[in-house]
Amino acid sequence: MLSRQLARCLYARAPRRWSHSPAAALSGLNSVTETDLAHFATILPESAIISTIAPSAAPADELAPFNNDWMNKYHGRSTTVLKPRTTQEVSEIVKWCNQRRIGIVPQGGNTGLVGGSVPVKDELIISLANMSKVRAFDDVSGILVADAGCILQSLSDYLVPHNHIVPLDLGAKGSCQIGGNVSTNAGGLRLLRYGSLHGSVLGLEVVLPDGTILDQLTSLRKDNTGYDLKQLFIGAEGTLGIVTGVSILAAPAPQASNNVMLALPKFENVLPLFKETKRQLSEILSAFEFIDRTVYDLAVKHGQGRALDPSEVEGAECFVLVETSGGKREHDEEKLNSLLESLMEADEPLINTGVLATSPAQFSALWAIREGLTEAVSKEGKAYKYDISIPLAKFEEAVNKTKDHLRQKGLLHEGAVKHVVGYGHVGDANLHLNVVAADYTPEIEAALEPFVYELVASYKGSISAEHGIGLMKTHALQYSKSPTSIEWMKRIKGLFDPNGIMNPGKVLP
Amino acid sequence: MRPSAVRLLNILVPIKRTVDYAVKIRVNPDQKGIDLNVKHSMNPFDEIAVEEAVRLREKLKDEVKSIKVVTIGPPKAAETLRTALAMGADSAIHIEVPDSAPAPEPLGVAKALRAVIQREKEGVDLVILGKQAIDDDAGQTGQMLAGLLDWAQATFASKVVVDPKKKEAEVTREIDGGLEELRSRLPLVITTDLRLNEPRYASLPNIMKAKKKPIQKLTPADLEVDLTPILETIKVAEPPKRVGGGKVGSVDELIAKLKEAGITPVKS
Repeated sequence: MLSRQLARCLYARAPRRWSHSPAAALSGLNSVTETDLAHFATILPESAIISTIAPSAAPADELAPFNNDWMNKYHGRSTTVLKPRTTQEVSEIVKWCNQRRIGIVPQGGNTGLVGGSVPVKDELIISLANMSKVRAFDDVSGILVADAGCILQSLSDYLVPHNHIVPLDLGAKGSCQIGGNVSTNAGGLRLLRYGSLHGSVLGLEVVLPDGTILDQLTSLRKDNTGYDLKQLFIGAEGTLGIVTGVSILAAPAPQASNNVMLALPKFENVLPLFKETKRQLSEILSAFEFIDRTVYDLAVKHGQGRALDPSEVEGAECFVLVETSGGKREHDEEKLNSLLESLMEADEPLINTGVLATSPAQFSALWAIREGLTEAVSKEGKAYKYDISIPLAKFEEAVNKTKDHLRQKGLLHEGAVKHVVGYGHVGDANLHLNVVAADYTPEIEAALEPFVYELVASYKGSISAEHGIGLMKTHALQYSKSPTSIEWMKRIKGLFDPNGIMNPGKVLP
Repeated sequence: MRPSAVRLLNILVPIKRTVDYAVKIRVNPDQKGIDLNVKHSMNPFDEIAVEEAVRLREKLKDEVKSIKVVTIGPPKAAETLRTALAMGADSAIHIEVPDSAPAPEPLGVAKALRAVIQREKEGVDLVILGKQAIDDDAGQTGQMLAGLLDWAQATFASKVVVDPKKKEAEVTREIDGGLEELRSRLPLVITTDLRLNEPRYASLPNIMKAKKKPIQKLTPADLEVDLTPILETIKVAEPPKRVGGGKVGSVDELIAKLKEAGITPVKS
């Protein structure tokens, strides 16, 4: 009893690290009470309710994985997590919450990087984890229908014997759920080849903020009948409704995949290298990732994937990971080998050297380096992440300007900002600018924002290429969208969610 | 008395092209074999063998005179040789058999390797090969080869140290009880175990160089070796499918299910 009260005190006294105040969005909402819990107990079995409120009376740290985000940067104080098993159960919970004006945070894998998946205060968390079945798959059309709580990796595994793949792939695939991917319009490593979810999602089943179930879970490739409502929910980050079912177009699995890590002497070579690679590989190019030298060294330091030989990385200012996927191994290898030969034998080579994976184990090891960058950065310190869309030619400049700015403020040292690194999806002109600090402090935050956002705006870029807005960037939306756009977003939000219960405080300022 | 000339090492690394270890194996409907229309790559233990040979040269430098790789296989096996050349081998021998030929058996392979070694004008001091191939898991070739040649053998090597001047090698073997250290005179057959090393990525400059390295083509007839199998595969079947577990909702349910399964409580 005492420890629980103590835990609540600790939460209440935890230093507020973030100056954003979504207070307005939460002001009209109610907290979950024992009465509400009793009602939920009539909808869900005991095992689907975790609450610190009686009679459930779980200890507060059982809710910690739901209340805290992956980076341990955002901390909610929810008392209750519900884990419904069917769309009907979700609908009944939401209906009650709408009547009672209880705020709801829909939660998938909780791997988001902008604080959109955890409560701001004590909103009710609805986890989709228990809705994890594949509903149907048609191996002629490649259309996969699945519950929103299916983990991305398990969908990949499901499709393997059917010779198909999910059209998206990201480092968080072992934990993220497809519903969350759709709600955040996740990009990832395959966007270059398979396009965005706005194109590959064919239908959605959504529970609207008043509890109504909107069933548009079509399995049709083409359907031009009226307004395409699903596009509103894709990328709405759970603020317009809860995605409970997804119908997505899976792609035929490539018969042959290859990858190669190239070491470049200077950043300026990335753009011409990209052009030449696109030209020679054309349709088999499936990924083109950029990794700067500093973050590569961090990945090696923290044991992410297998490093290259020191002799190979000598003099490399940055690296590029190129992946090919195609229907015929010999055809792909011929194209790839021609490209590599022409790069190595050019009069003025764009690359120092590179390594080619010669087995699936090595293929995975090279990808592990790229996919492990995020984790390496987190292990090195506390990361401020800026996921931006800017012209490819400005990638290095953006990193350097941020470094210079921090240096001027006297913040570029071991005790404050340890590293400023960049990596990302060259093919989509999407840079992940990471500022690695010893700790999150108001000084560093003040130095970075609005500096980084203004820098991005100066390039006419996007302040959030793929990570979304969440809680982190609501105040920065204005740097990439006009007042008119934001005004109409608010009107749509008001139309779907007049009581403002659905993921309050997120996305819209 | 003149000191005996320092013998430079000639290393032979036999390798095998096998179904890639990451592939999901499917048994053919006739239950006589598996689906071979899948990705193939170098047997992982043989990759480790090639890597070890290259590391020996990095350590001993000019004392390693040559690293030759050899394989017995269909025309496609030449790619596996190119990979080994890209890792640092100097030259390769391809004992080519037709696509339709049955897979050679360890005894046949050992006899063919013996023929290759006997034909090497400069001789062979060290044969390093994988402890087993991941397709048949036979684990016999290295041992049979040593027997046929009347050479010493050190199998399941997790560490290899060679002294060319003394013409000796010290090999640490992984055995059930732990590790065993052997010292042997050369010539020696070593089979590699998993922890010996981690094979390097093929670097682009080496891949370019590998294209120019020579691959000598031979047939079993050239070696006067008959690779006809003496074993007949009667049946190949998958292991019985694993039945999934179930989740119970409460301790009472767990006890009920345990009782159902016939598990009786033990008086404490």
